[in-house]
Amino acid sequence: MSILIDKNTKVICQGFTGKQGTFHSQGALEYGTQMVGGVTPERGGETHLGLPVFNTVQDAVTATGATASMIYVPPFYAADAILEAFDAGIKIIVCITEGIPILQMLKVKAALAQTDTLLIGPNCPGVITPGECKIGIMPGKIHLPGSIGIVSRSGTLTYESVFQTTNEGLGQSTCVGIGGDPIRGMNFIDVLSRFQADDQTKGIVMVGEIGGSDEEAAADYIKAHVSKPVVAYIAGLTAPAGKRMGHAGAIVTGGKGTAEGKVAALRAAGVEVVNSPTDIGAAIKACCK
Amino acid sequence: MNIHEYQAKRLFLDYGIPVPAGMAASSAADAQDITAKLGGSGWVVKAQVHAGGRGKAGGVKLTKNSAEVKDIVDSMIGRRLITHQTDAAGLPVNQVLIELTYPIARELYLSLLVDRSSERMIFIASAAGGMDIETVAHETPDKILSVKINPITGLQPYQCRNVAYALGLKGPQHKALEKIMQGMVNLFLDKDASQIEINPLIVTDSGELLALDAKINFDDNALALHPDIRAFKDETQEDARENEAQQFGLNYITLDGNIGCMVNGAGLAMATMDLVKLKGGKPANFLDVGGGTNVEKVCEAFKLILSDSNVKAVLVNIFGGIVKCDVIAQGILEAIKQVHVAIPVVVRLEGTNVEEGRALLSNTGLNLFASEDLSHAAEQVVALAGGAA
Repeated sequence: MSILIDKNTKVICQGFTGKQGTFHSQGALEYGTQMVGGVTPERGGETHLGLPVFNTVQDAVTATGATASMIYVPPFYAADAILEAFDAGIKIIVCITEGIPILQMLKVKAALAQTDTLLIGPNCPGVITPGECKIGIMPGKIHLPGSIGIVSRSGTLTYESVFQTTNEGLGQSTCVGIGGDPIRGMNFIDVLSRFQADDQTKGIVMVGEIGGSDEEAAADYIKAHVSKPVVAYIAGLTAPAGKRMGHAGAIVTGGKGTAEGKVAALRAAGVEVVNSPTDIGAAIKACCK
Repeated sequence: MNIHEYQAKRLFLDYGIPVPAGMAASSAADAQDITAKLGGSGWVVKAQVHAGGRGKAGGVKLTKNSAEVKDIVDSMIGRRLITHQTDAAGLPVNQVLIELTYPIARELYLSLLVDRSSERMIFIASAAGGMDIETVAHETPDKILSVKINPITGLQPYQCRNVAYALGLKGPQHKALEKIMQGMVNLFLDKDASQIEINPLIVTDSGELLALDAKINFDDNALALHPDIRAFKDETQEDARENEAQQFGLNYITLDGNIGCMVNGAGLAMATMDLVKLKGGKPANFLDVGGGTNVEKVCEAFKLILSDSNVKAVLVNIFGGIVKCDVIAQGILEAIKQVHVAIPVVVRLEGTNVEEGRALLSNTGLNLFASEDLSHAAEQVVALAGGAA
């Protein structure tokens, strides 16, 4: 078993006929994802990439039975798109869009709280269960069905982790890019708990970075609830305080959210933290022997 | 985005948050006029720079002699102010804020920001104003009160009362504080602020509340929605290279090392800097060229990196996912020729079409080293930059 998505997951795309939506829907289709349609307002009734286009997410869900959506709409329309997907009963919403204003995300999170709808992202590469379902912008080719669960705040560091675990012959159960924004949907703990419960997942790679305290919270959670081996890498040891390092959420403020603090918390929880991003694959291989 | 104190105080006035009577000046010639208009018997001149710690650095001066205001303004304008929050070069003072002074009975602290862990807007209040709030939080955490705002219900009067009691405010000061807190929330929501800080919020001898200082940061993601806020941008207060990078959609941050870094993805860019340090070198910058890298972007990225004369070697680290490695390699070659890169460049490519990409980069006759392994690439660039820093 994988977590979150598999070959039976029916997926729609919001922002379907746009440049990004088209490109990455094509990629998902080529990978074998069960794409069942897409949404672009005022384009309902058309066919795009051989799939039906709907005016609203509700129309798409009613017609196709989709339970997952990937969102490629511009930042100022993304909060609306997430809420529309939620309202239409979509259970897994993957928002790739970068640059959503933080106050809009506060409202989105308040609306989704205490519901069974899961949001992945925003500002993330998406989620993939290798060989079954790809929802996002990650290069499908580097993945291999296997035993390592990967959860990461960074897109390219997810790819590094995937690449290394593929080269080690371990492969991945599911990879979840939770995104680089300060306010996001699923967090480390939400994914770690699912990996812990998943039979296919034998080991976990967790990639964090400076800013916030989610890695520290994850460390507490791992200590109490995760028995599978966890290898972690934290980016941003050399990042100057008070500067936003590309990701909206990657900033050390008031001495809080440093890489040192996160590494120390994870090590105290028994997590194997590697100093170099190039050691992730070998470290998880050693743990999973 | 940061703005100046005088700009923040204009916004405060728009939102009913009381501030001292004052006006901004950009020359000593303005000073006489402003002092006369303000009247009063005591003035403060405050250098306008995007950094804290101005008082200790000589950027805030008081006088009771109206003739002296002009001299103080003259001594500040056109100089650079170096505080513990700036680098050694400091920041240029192009404006000052001239304000009336008030007899201060108490100094309080009040700020509003987005708390990541609770995913709420949150007020931080303390009776220990005028001090660095992080020091207060560290040394006497019990002196700090935090109040979370539910996005559905908004700020409630009882929350303001709780803060007022905690700050030891009395009588009509309760209503005055409620007005300030509501004004802060409205300003925050209307303009997509990311932090509003009043430190200190003073109680005058006559019992009035006044925002003696004002600091506002705005959410960069929302700036396109607020042309009025964007107009407050002061590029003289920012790193020139970082500003230039923004225009080309590059994320660049200046550091003080000698190894230039060019990477795709923010996380990998940070990891690359860390790896350079781990191998004994010092990164000169953070640079994320983004996912959709093209020749133009790579050229601009090289120009930026090379405009820093400290840079002795460059490490390019690209994980080609959607973008193919051979396309990136061509971009790098083109850029090196266009920009006339003379210093050594180490390139680590991985991902789609990597073999074709590496083939393009080998035997070019250029000062170019293609590396298959990131760890080795980092070691190589440190050696080429002249060894461990």
